[in-house]
Amino acid sequence: MMNFSNFPILSVITYMPLLGILVICCIDSKRHDLIRWVAFIAGVVTFFVSLPLYFLFDATTWQMQFVEDIPWISQFGIRYHMGIDGISVLLVLLTTFLSALAILSTWTAVTEGVKGYMISLLFLEVGMLGVFCALDFILFYVFWEVMLIPMYFIIGIWGGPRRIYAAVKFFIYTMSGSVLMLVAILVLWYKFYEVTGVFTFDILTFYNLGLPSNIQLWLFLAFFLAFAIKVPMFPFHTWLPDAHVEAPTAGSVILAGVLLKMGTYGFLRFSLPIFPQATMDAIPYVFVLSVIGIIYGALVSLAQDDIKKLVAYSSVSHLGYCMLGMFALNPEGVKGSIIQMINHGLSTGALFLIVGMLYERRHTRLISDYGGVLKVMPIFAAFFLLVCFASMGVPGLNGFIGELLILIGAFKASVGFGMLATVGLILGAVYLLWMYKRVMYGEITKEENRLLKDMNGREYAYLVPIIVFIVWIGVYPRPFLDKMDVSVQHLLQVVNQQGAKQADARAVEGMNSNTANRNTELFAADQRL
Amino acid sequence: MEQVMATIKLSALYPEIVLTVFALLILMLQAFNSLRYKEYYGYLTLVGVLAAIGFVVSQPAGFDMRVVEYTFSNMWVVDNYSRFFKLIFLLGTGLTILISMKYLEHEEIQYGEYFALVLFATVGMMIMASGAELITIFLGLEVMSVSLYVLAGYTRTRLESNEAALKYYVLGSFAAGFLLYGIALIYGSTGSTEIKSIAKFVATSGLRSPTMIMGMALLVIGFGFKAALVPFHMWTPDVYEGAPAPITAFMSAGPKAAAFAAFVRIFMEALPSLQVEWTALIWIIAALTMTVGNVIALVQDNIKRMLAYSSIAHAGYVMVAFLAAGELGIPSIMYYMLTYTFMNIGAFAIITVLGGRGEQRVRIQDYKGLGYSNPYAAVAMSLFLFSLAGIPPTGGFMGKFYIFSAAIKEGFIGLAIIGVINSVVSVYYYLRVTIAMYMEGTSAAAGAEGQLAFSPAIILAIFISAYGVLSLGLFPATYVAIAKLSHLAL
Repeated sequence: MMNFSNFPILSVITYMPLLGILVICCIDSKRHDLIRWVAFIAGVVTFFVSLPLYFLFDATTWQMQFVEDIPWISQFGIRYHMGIDGISVLLVLLTTFLSALAILSTWTAVTEGVKGYMISLLFLEVGMLGVFCALDFILFYVFWEVMLIPMYFIIGIWGGPRRIYAAVKFFIYTMSGSVLMLVAILVLWYKFYEVTGVFTFDILTFYNLGLPSNIQLWLFLAFFLAFAIKVPMFPFHTWLPDAHVEAPTAGSVILAGVLLKMGTYGFLRFSLPIFPQATMDAIPYVFVLSVIGIIYGALVSLAQDDIKKLVAYSSVSHLGYCMLGMFALNPEGVKGSIIQMINHGLSTGALFLIVGMLYERRHTRLISDYGGVLKVMPIFAAFFLLVCFASMGVPGLNGFIGELLILIGAFKASVGFGMLATVGLILGAVYLLWMYKRVMYGEITKEENRLLKDMNGREYAYLVPIIVFIVWIGVYPRPFLDKMDVSVQHLLQVVNQQGAKQADARAVEGMNSNTANRNTELFAADQRL
Repeated sequence: MEQVMATIKLSALYPEIVLTVFALLILMLQAFNSLRYKEYYGYLTLVGVLAAIGFVVSQPAGFDMRVVEYTFSNMWVVDNYSRFFKLIFLLGTGLTILISMKYLEHEEIQYGEYFALVLFATVGMMIMASGAELITIFLGLEVMSVSLYVLAGYTRTRLESNEAALKYYVLGSFAAGFLLYGIALIYGSTGSTEIKSIAKFVATSGLRSPTMIMGMALLVIGFGFKAALVPFHMWTPDVYEGAPAPITAFMSAGPKAAAFAAFVRIFMEALPSLQVEWTALIWIIAALTMTVGNVIALVQDNIKRMLAYSSIAHAGYVMVAFLAAGELGIPSIMYYMLTYTFMNIGAFAIITVLGGRGEQRVRIQDYKGLGYSNPYAAVAMSLFLFSLAGIPPTGGFMGKFYIFSAAIKEGFIGLAIIGVINSVVSVYYYLRVTIAMYMEGTSAAAGAEGQLAFSPAIILAIFISAYGVLSLGLFPATYVAIAKLSHLAL
């Protein structure tokens, strides 16, 4: 095998879209097709450059791989530190995969300002990849904020009727969460300096800090706010329906597919390992919020008469599962949570693409404007049904794997919350199938729907690859789960060791029985008490 | 008091001398009307600014970054602190001149006096940065202020401009009175106006007399006025709105930085032992300045007025750094003022161009459709606005990061939280301009005629500003290193 140890592959992947932007900048803005092709090629090339990550990734170690580490602003100890482990590798691949397909999906949907649109999409990809690769707090924060700008323009310029409101709301909501995180990062940085005399923003350094629990709590809350808004967890979700509904199709795909994962990823990468004690303390609250999110999201979806809004609220529900599994803090739950992030990216991305196809044909998203579409678009109907099944977690498709693992994890942690979460599963089937029935079955009630054309070649081209992965993960998830095994084990070890050590030290509250993690180390700690 | 031999080292004054000579030369040429093309005044000014930059960098001790040289009987100091600030002033002046030339031609007020006044104002600022003695600093402040009073009213035929000049003059003189009174009280309590002697006196005697505290408070008022801190900010919106756009750009960068330069030097070098006394005062001023500036900016429709309030808010951020002081705080002020110079003058360059004759088009809705009628200007404007809002990867973000890291390091976490929340508030009004430019329809609003051409000089100014904003944001290490070296020798 070739030696890639010195090849900055992560930077190449991250900045590859910039190359596309440069080329697009040189093209006359009236040559729409050329711009689209260049953007698409840039997306595809980025995806193919990122593929080797999968094959070269060493799944036997939790250490960061493909690491690049050079000083950036040495006076503050800020470094340009990139690297991925089993938690982020799949997310990077998901990003490059969905971005390329999202670009393909906008061929006919966006006809004005194509140049700016494609530049925004590619710029967005840079930001997202950077977030998943960055191992330095400030580098992470820069990418995290950078990606607000293109998304703001995508929603605000190419969005629906209430686009300006949605764009501003998205921007301000996200930013108000993240500025407090910046303060928390700085406090962390200073606390570390106080103890060691070293300035560093290196994320991994903070893993074994053993902060006092009152400081942990405040910092955890600041991080929590930033990530919970991004996820979004119930009660911080109100920006999401607006942003999703107003954004153009590609924007929604990226938003649901990747941006939301930045929140859950943030929890895994920062909150859990850096504030283990606070994490343990937060378990019951996060469980409650997650379960509310699962059920509330599903119920609100049920009440929607706009397909896109329905899909948007279903994200609140699905991300609730991710949070539930993650805070179960056992291997099943966390692995389920990560695979569910990928699943949600694929299946909800596909749902948004499908809604986009309907919208492009009829320019309406109201369920009542459809009905009987099955008769005129049979192939489309089959794909649609498959994606709905994937989203509701039918066995044999990807959603099942994720939700099953999460529920196993949840039941292990707390039977009550596990059962409540299962209710969400049933509701998920209800709102998706009911929507499917009203859109696809029955007689054609609207004359306009009689002449709808079935899917064209380009639509196959961007939907089929997603379907392939939906089935693949559903039937044979091992290649994906294997990648994260060791990293997840290590993460849990960090969390539990630290948490147990500190719980032991406090020797008071111990672990509440409902939050108790039936992990051997913790068990031992309990026994000693 | 020991008697000091009057040491005179003229080379320490070369930059100021050069600028003064150029200013006088321009005045003479104008008086005899001997330049055939009026643009030459602008070019001549630029030559003067470049020469001064050369002297700032190379005098008095070559490129040695650590030199601290007191001369003229301890009234004048050349250290990296002052040199860094002088470079900021000269940068601001240079960019202002680039913006001004076409504007003056368009408004038919292209006279040499304008450039001479800008140069005199710059000399005043440089004196403030290098003054090591209160009266010297005061003289610098007056040289700067008097020039600015005239410049604010330079578009004689516009009523707003007259109003701005008068308001600025009356209130400015009043504030100068406070400053002078403060100096007098400090002189009365310590027996000296030299920064070094005051520091020595206060440190050894442990003086905490009411007159001393009073003097300090009056200094805060005097400088607070020049730097537009709440509650001494009332003049800012009217003056910024009324003054010619290039002068507003000029005023928001250089003079503000100069006020901070002198403010910081006096408080850090002369009055560090009174830190306990001024911390509470400055804490409140910083929190108020950030909040009031940002909140009032939310409801402004005139973009010059909006940026006036935004500049008040930015002064608040700088005050956070001021409070943090220390080895991070002071360099962060310099870094921030440098960034601010680039981003604010950049934004005003575009405002100048789009304003048109008589600055008719300075409301936010006049920017409607700019993203389509002039995409390059809109992209540049967005860059400057995002930088002002503190979004990476711009210099504005790094500047705020620098300031807040200093604040947290010195334990001002509450103030840092107020600061970051304020920057979220500020996002809203900066975004309003991008909304107008990109999201409210593609047709440019009526009355696009009368717009200035993007002359090469203005394009150059925008380009330099954009480069500055981006390089300060993406590759800050060098700038941070220089700012750090310029840390005051306390």
